[in-house]
Amino acid sequence: MTAMSTNPSLSPNPLEDFRQLTQYAFMIHALQAGTVVAIMAGVVGWFMVLRRESFAGHTLSLMAFPGATGALLLGLPASAGYFGFCGASALVIGAGGSGARHPRGQESAVTGAVQAFGLACGFVFLSLYHGVLAGYESLLFGDFLGITAGQVLLLTVIAVLALGFLAVVGRPLLFASVDEPVARARGVPVRALRFAFLLALGMAVAATAQITGVLLVFALLVAPAATAQQLTSRIGLSLALTVILGVAITWAGLALAYFYNYPVGFYITSVAFAAYVLARVGRAAAERRAGA
Amino acid sequence: MFAQEFVRNAWLAGTAIALACGLVGYFVVLRAQVFAGDALTHVAFTGAVAAAAAGVDTRIGLFAATIAVAIAIGGLGERSAADDVTIGISFSWILGLGVFFLALFSSGSGGGSGVLGARTLFGSIFGLSAGDARLAAGIAAVIALIVAAIARPLLFATIDPGVAAARGVPVRALGLLFLALLGATAAEATQAIGALLLLGLLAAPAGAAQRLTASPYRGLALAPGIAVACTWAGLTLSYLVPNLPPSSAITAFACGTYLLTTLVTIERGVLRRRTAA
Repeated sequence: MTAMSTNPSLSPNPLEDFRQLTQYAFMIHALQAGTVVAIMAGVVGWFMVLRRESFAGHTLSLMAFPGATGALLLGLPASAGYFGFCGASALVIGAGGSGARHPRGQESAVTGAVQAFGLACGFVFLSLYHGVLAGYESLLFGDFLGITAGQVLLLTVIAVLALGFLAVVGRPLLFASVDEPVARARGVPVRALRFAFLLALGMAVAATAQITGVLLVFALLVAPAATAQQLTSRIGLSLALTVILGVAITWAGLALAYFYNYPVGFYITSVAFAAYVLARVGRAAAERRAGA
Repeated sequence: MFAQEFVRNAWLAGTAIALACGLVGYFVVLRAQVFAGDALTHVAFTGAVAAAAAGVDTRIGLFAATIAVAIAIGGLGERSAADDVTIGISFSWILGLGVFFLALFSSGSGGGSGVLGARTLFGSIFGLSAGDARLAAGIAAVIALIVAAIARPLLFATIDPGVAAARGVPVRALGLLFLALLGATAAEATQAIGALLLLGLLAAPAGAAQRLTASPYRGLALAPGIAVACTWAGLTLSYLVPNLPPSSAITAFACGTYLLTTLVTIERGVLRRRTAA
């Protein structure tokens, strides 16, 4: 009997599957944390995709790596490192690529340099720390087995803050993202909004990285939003779809990782990629039918 | 320092790789394709791990993965609006595949996966054999030669694609060829600098060169020069400080140079504006 409960297997009965999925506390925590993270990353990512700041988003998500290793080295709590490093890099990126005075290439060169420098710092911290290489994989690729109830609570607080911030600045941010010159002419503080948004992105990413791993946050940020924006151009509907897709992708990834013993990051990114491809193919087919 | 063979190998490979990265990186920044470069460097990780899981030489996996993805990214629409997102989604999936292959590989070879993963992600320039170093130098030289050969039309196509196309320059083919070269550079540099850090050697020297001069030919000479100087400085420093990984030192020097040139050029701009006023 014990062998059966330690080796869960997928059955045709979804209720039975759900019971198996939730029979351990660690899995319940993982599902709770995954849901919170998926909602937050989905909404923040929606704005990121709209603003074409995927590169900044990816760079910020990688900054969780030096954050975590630096905190490890100094003996600080990991969360402090995550949020500190991601927040600081958001400020540097925001200051580096300022406005239209520089060509776009220069702006992304700043982002790239920040990314490489941050990762180099992370590697130095890792080699100074005597645990040498043990554990770097779970930092980079995520580990959903060790999530505690306290972490879920912290994630929820951060998600509420990030979503609350976006609810407050949502309208001007949307305006500034869609048509920057007009927004600027109308007196919208475009620059300050960009700073604030990057900071929110950094915080969201720092929270997400603790669950999905540094390298795979990006899938949860970009894929649900991009898929939803393929399917509809109505703002409210597309935001709602983003959240639903994000949560569905996370649950599917976690369940697959639970039943089939491969890394959760692999499943989450694969499901996300499949959803996006399906949406694009579906949209192309619909357009062809409408055109014919 | 040069009495030891591994140091000589590192300098040979490092110099050649920095030269190629600087040249290619100049165009990467000019064409605003840093994000594509970022994606290709990460894809290199998946290529190496997949090759290891399949039991072939990691270099085959590196080059196959990066060049294939480079051509795919280029083929999916160079200037289409979805570019950014397409790159982001495809490479996050490919990274996910890399994790899968790493898990596959580690279940086959207890313990080897951590070392392989770390070496691919962060590079191991002091671990190159004499043969590795000569091969790396040869490939880097070929890449640099091709870039030099197509530099003129590529500059034209980058700065004004419309006029270049009207004048009969094959803009799209050049773009694809350049992305393939970028992929090859990423694969090549991964062995030395690591998939996660080589973006510093691509973007930072080129960004610094473009801050310092607006002339493309001076910039094309300056970017590889800065990259090579940073590599030499990084190799020396990490030889003297044993705890400092060489790839981190090189990247730190490159980014430091970029920061310095940015501050200097901003200062100069402020001075000029003041004297003009």
